[in-house]
Amino acid sequence: MGTTQSLLALTADEQSMLDGDRGPAVAMAMRLVTGVARANGAVRLLPIESVHVDGCLYHGRAGLDFAERLVELGGRVAVRTTLNVGSLDLLHPGLVRAGDGLASAGRRLMDAYVALGCESTWSCAPYQLSHRPATGTHVAWAESNAIAFVNSVLGARTDRYGDFLDIAAALTGRVPDAGLHQDHARRAELVLDCSDLPHPLLAEDTAWAALGALLGEVAGTRVAALVGLPGDLGDDGTTEDRLKALGATAASAGGVALFHVVGVTPEAPDLQSVADPGCPVHVVSTADLRTARDRLSTATGDRLDAVSLGTPHFSVTEFAELARVIGSGSAFSDEVDVYVSTSRAVLAEATRLGHLAPIEAAGARIVTDTCTYVTPVLAPGTKTVMTNSGKWAWYAPANLGVDTVLGTLAECVASARAGKVVRDDRLWS
Amino acid sequence: MTGSGADLTARTLAPGDGTGDVLRLDTPVSFWGGVDETGTIVDVHHPQCGERLTGKVVVMASGRGSSSSTAVLAEQIRAGTGPAALVLSECDTILVIGALVATELYGVRMPIVEVSPTDLIDLIELDRREPGPLRVTADPDTLHATLTREGRR
Repeated sequence: MGTTQSLLALTADEQSMLDGDRGPAVAMAMRLVTGVARANGAVRLLPIESVHVDGCLYHGRAGLDFAERLVELGGRVAVRTTLNVGSLDLLHPGLVRAGDGLASAGRRLMDAYVALGCESTWSCAPYQLSHRPATGTHVAWAESNAIAFVNSVLGARTDRYGDFLDIAAALTGRVPDAGLHQDHARRAELVLDCSDLPHPLLAEDTAWAALGALLGEVAGTRVAALVGLPGDLGDDGTTEDRLKALGATAASAGGVALFHVVGVTPEAPDLQSVADPGCPVHVVSTADLRTARDRLSTATGDRLDAVSLGTPHFSVTEFAELARVIGSGSAFSDEVDVYVSTSRAVLAEATRLGHLAPIEAAGARIVTDTCTYVTPVLAPGTKTVMTNSGKWAWYAPANLGVDTVLGTLAECVASARAGKVVRDDRLWS
Repeated sequence: MTGSGADLTARTLAPGDGTGDVLRLDTPVSFWGGVDETGTIVDVHHPQCGERLTGKVVVMASGRGSSSSTAVLAEQIRAGTGPAALVLSECDTILVIGALVATELYGVRMPIVEVSPTDLIDLIELDRREPGPLRVTADPDTLHATLTREGRR
């Protein structure tokens, strides 16, 4: 265990925050930041450029008590701060089937974070359009998919922050110098060799969700490097969407906060840049991927009540693809509710580009500011839900008590039209 | 791990003092989405789905999954359905901050401590041979923590 004494040294400025010179909210926030710094053995704090806050989703009274206490104490963010999803869709009132209690407490919580100076982005994917930190900058992000994305795909540096420490970092502009802020912690401890996976299979969106589930199960909380995968972050957004699905599922199924895709993500131009020689290699087969995919489907049979897309929030590219898949074909079955969750910013851009018209004409309902697996949106009696999201499929059985079917975007559309589950497994054999 | 006094020393991650029977989790659990408001594991993927964490000294290698676990843990501590203590072999700041906030808001101090991976295995082995309550005390200033067996049941 080594020494147990804290070696944390504060600058004069940081000590004055702790002493209350900038008010009681900053002092309380600094007690939390230094408390965590002592726990993880940090010797100093780091200034950060921005924060993404996850604490605005209602999980019970403790979260509301905390946010309202900071407001009462006069708290105000010191750096740019965006907000994750809340419990309500403020643009589509009535869509969330919240009882009076959740509606009121959820709204109070969202209002408290805005009162602290946070931006009303209400998205788990702020990296789409709204908030894209530069490679190498230190930030404090919460929400596990956003953490994985900002670290891996954008190459900015955040540790795994959660509710409370996110806003504490925003009020103080500081985080512990620990974890994934440090060079050595960002190196891969294992390699996933994906070169055996056929490229037609990797053109399926569910392949990336399945790979994320496999990564989470194999890596746990460790950093992995993936080799043998196609992709170019300079393309039209397809690679970002795939890596979003990969990271979100890996963060759910394991505790993955950073992964490197060699030749694709910014810190991994080659394997040597992120992994030492002799790093253990795990070869991924099509059969492994299929097993991982099958674990994300709990339903048997072809019954279907709803389709949920957009976890993490749908991107402009995904709206374009959904519009293309729907085309001028028939509307969705009356028996199947189709939901697409996204952010206000992406919805505005996708609408401007004309992608929403065919999607809404087919019968899809757009959900903003929140998400279908964290708050009651699905109709009572919904039993089986299809999704192309590995994260949604991972959490929905426990969160919502529904059975899930993981399918591609095209399979989700075909199933919504047919009123039953339609999947084509040829590429997976 | 025999005799009187501290059976095992550890490092304070969140200060506090708690006693309860040991519950070993074979795989880490995510509090958000994995544990409900009554303290029961509801993650269908978890091998110990259905076990209740309330009042237990929960021993697991690390936390896992969603960054919202912080709020869920703080709410359980507020509502009195949280664990008595957490013993980890790797620091998990997501859980630590939940405990620290519960202390700030409600004055409840649920300890979280870190032991070495070998001590974690020894602790599990001892409890398997001689099950019984364990007291976890975690000092806020020295960061020194102790795990002590309480009297036999």
